[in-house]
Amino acid sequence: MERKIKLPITREMARTIKSGESCLLSGVIYTARDAAHKRLVELVEKGEKLPFDIENATIYYVGPTPAKPGQVIGSAGPTTSYRMDAYSPTLIKEGETGMIGKGKRSAEVVAAMKEYGAVYFAAIGGAGALLSSCIKSAEIVCYEDLGAEAVRRLVVEDLPVVAVIDSEGNNLYENGRNEYLGSIE
Amino acid sequence: MREINASVLTEKIAQLAIEANCLLPHDIKDRIESARETEPWGTACGILDKIIENYGIAEKNMCPICQDTGVCCVFLKIGQDVHINGNIEEAVNEGVRRGYGEGYLRKSVVKDPLRRVNTGDNTPAMLYTEIAPGDKIELTVAPKGFGSENMSRLAMLKPSDGIEGVKAFILKTVEEAGPNPCPPIVVGVGIGGTFDKAAYLAKKALMRSTDEPNNDEFYAGLEREMLEKINKLGIGPQGFGGKTTALAVNIEWMPTHIAGLPVAVNINCHVTRHRTAVI
Repeated sequence: MERKIKLPITREMARTIKSGESCLLSGVIYTARDAAHKRLVELVEKGEKLPFDIENATIYYVGPTPAKPGQVIGSAGPTTSYRMDAYSPTLIKEGETGMIGKGKRSAEVVAAMKEYGAVYFAAIGGAGALLSSCIKSAEIVCYEDLGAEAVRRLVVEDLPVVAVIDSEGNNLYENGRNEYLGSIE
Repeated sequence: MREINASVLTEKIAQLAIEANCLLPHDIKDRIESARETEPWGTACGILDKIIENYGIAEKNMCPICQDTGVCCVFLKIGQDVHINGNIEEAVNEGVRRGYGEGYLRKSVVKDPLRRVNTGDNTPAMLYTEIAPGDKIELTVAPKGFGSENMSRLAMLKPSDGIEGVKAFILKTVEEAGPNPCPPIVVGVGIGGTFDKAAYLAKKALMRSTDEPNNDEFYAGLEREMLEKINKLGIGPQGFGGKTTALAVNIEWMPTHIAGLPVAVNINCHVTRHRTAVI
């Protein structure tokens, strides 16, 4: 059963999403990869305003392929999340409640998720053509000079993701694997 | 002596770059589909279904299977009886520039590893050349995503580490990579040579069809054994648990020094892309 989630995710709502839950996200999300994260965190450190409202925001780690004429966006699957680990705790503290990527996260990120209330989702890595069809609009918010790595505001409809790490620190990468291995013993 | 113009390479590379990014090779599709048939874990089956649906959409719409359309690896096997008029390297880069532009592929190359400014056209290609007998040129274009490239490792083992050391290093690399390289993965292994040759062999191993085992039965056996061992780790598709962690293990080897045992493991995701043409 998939849980339908209407964005934005509040801190309270983030705490109700459990590791292992399959979810369909609808609403506004922002895209950012390493280069954009670096700039966002530099702004926070200087005490400056971020180019979009980080309060209850969900950030998707994606650098899409260019849209063909008539397309909203090109292929748009997740990039590996650990490259954002250095920056995520700062953004979570600032109000970020959802992250979408793939792969492991650091202990520091999980600690921030527990402290403030945030959830880490994985989208299927390498399924960029499929995920693209859930994106209904895309516009550049800032950092256009970064090309594919610019920050975009996306409106998504039923974007399929799986909650991997929840706000209690439960981790599907560990639990899913252990459950499978337990089942074949 | 056969003569061809370098512009022929440009056209072919542009075409292969687009096709490689949109059309998954048959052997990889077969591997994914047969893994789906034998996968016992429900979550894993769901992921494999989505992966199959994804490459179907990409093929139908001629759009990239994955948004990471990679750094463009180009392998040229040049017959020694061919003369190419023009600059080969420039012709190859022009092919990449055109293919990535006309194909709406992502430009993922930075000019300098530390100052990190995007080159804007996905050049330069990672170019490998080899001289072969004959008057043909074999071109292989292999877009390489970095989710999996970043999880690749190299070790200079001791001869006393032997085959057990090699097996342990391959398993450790896959284990540490876990969910990061988008499993199910294809594992390319290079054994022997020098530090750099081992890495090259591992990359080259990924160019071989997964339907063709190593032509040396000893290494073919090692490929089968390692695939079985990797698929007992339980990592599963996307790391959510399951049997299907790897689709294939391809090993290439070459002679090495009496004092050494270099081993390189180059990982590819389930979007293992390469496209070859002969001119």
